[in-house]
Amino acid sequence: MNGFTLAFSEALALLIGFDHRVAEIVLLSLQVSGLAVCLGTLVGLPLGACLGVGRFPGRQVLVVILNGCMGLPSVVVGVVVYLALSRSGPLGELGLLYSPSAMVIAQTLLVVPLMAAIARQTVEDAWREYEEELTAMRFRWFDSVRVLLHDCRHSLMVAVLAGLGRAMSEVGAVMIVGGNIDRSTRTMTTAIALETSKGDLPLAVALGLVLLAVILLLNGLAYGLRLWAMRRYA
Amino acid sequence: MHTPADVPMFPLRIHDLHWHAGGRAVLDGFSLELGGEGITILLGPNGAGKSVFLRSVCGLLQPDAGHFDWGGGPRPEFGVTMVFQQPKMLRDSVQANVELALRPLRVAAGERRARAQAVLERVGLAHRAGDSARGLSGGERQRLALARAWITRPRLLLLDEPTASLDPSSVDAIERIVREIRTEGTRILMTTHNLGQAMRLADDVVFIDAGRVCEHAPVQRFFARPASTAARLYIQGELPWRMAF
Repeated sequence: MNGFTLAFSEALALLIGFDHRVAEIVLLSLQVSGLAVCLGTLVGLPLGACLGVGRFPGRQVLVVILNGCMGLPSVVVGVVVYLALSRSGPLGELGLLYSPSAMVIAQTLLVVPLMAAIARQTVEDAWREYEEELTAMRFRWFDSVRVLLHDCRHSLMVAVLAGLGRAMSEVGAVMIVGGNIDRSTRTMTTAIALETSKGDLPLAVALGLVLLAVILLLNGLAYGLRLWAMRRYA
Repeated sequence: MHTPADVPMFPLRIHDLHWHAGGRAVLDGFSLELGGEGITILLGPNGAGKSVFLRSVCGLLQPDAGHFDWGGGPRPEFGVTMVFQQPKMLRDSVQANVELALRPLRVAAGERRARAQAVLERVGLAHRAGDSARGLSGGERQRLALARAWITRPRLLLLDEPTASLDPSSVDAIERIVREIRTEGTRILMTTHNLGQAMRLADDVVFIDAGRVCEHAPVQRFFARPASTAARLYIQGELPWRMAF
């Protein structure tokens, strides 16, 4: 049996045996990324929708900046959050560095621009379609944002999934602000990086398989939801 | 919270509107006075400026020059609404689409539901209240758009070719609803290319050509003795060809 096959078979054994190390890491990853995406949804989607509907001086500059931030390097975000949360930083007194909360902050900062940019494009397209109707009904722009966020709810699943994908696959920022501490801040991605460097390939492969499975499952659910919505709402 | 009946809106005096698009004068000295009752049909060839005029009355576009005098005052916040040739429906139920129009008026949810059910009954769509609005046929969709306007109890309703591309039975249903809305005291301003429809519905006709009013007359007189050459040619079916070539 070669190394590749051996790593896979041992990884499957870890998963089938419901290894507690794997379970702990997976649970923490889901908690951190899930919370970051929830916060990203609360902030990013309305922010993007406001930019999609609002017409004000400087809007186009904001759109360019937002689109640019979609590719924000995660290590840069990690360093910025690290400096903010470090003992001498402006938020040092909170004592959040090397905690899951710090990881949530970093991941939220990473997913908000991505989700907002996708939401902006989606809602702006819808606004072009509905602008005359909503204006004739005397909707104010903020009420129009609410209507369009609801109307685009199924399309905006793409933004949420993109945010979740970015959060769950992210390594650099959570490594810097979380410290990859065993049983405290070790996520699937940081554990995979560490275990691979240590040569513990079965654990790395097992975590990789779980990561892939989670992302595939969520994408499958979102795809099913979109199919249902297309049939339901023509 | 819709415009109270005592807020003056009529007579609506429109003075010397000008609006340009792509270097062309779409409205070119458009003036008109409308009283507070009845159905006025706007007739005119394609590109005459009918739809642009309706949009300017609705406040959807600002003319380059000219002004509106709403019964001696400014445009009221509510009380004017518009139904478009191709109305857009939200990805939601028929009922939700009708209730939507009451949200800017801050009507309570219970009253929204009750009023939506009542108006859907009147346009013959009560049995489809729970269906997706985007699954409706063209005629049903237009009836839904009328219901969405009617539910707000507008003082002035603007209809932009509401029966274009509809079959005769759908046209008949729309005309019946338009008459009912008018009976309840709503002033209606409507564009159409259907001369038979204009004769059936109109109290008076405004004929528009090249962005200005050529003629404004009671319906019988307009069709029996059109005062302008442009209107006479249009009625005879010649003007559209002249415009096209």
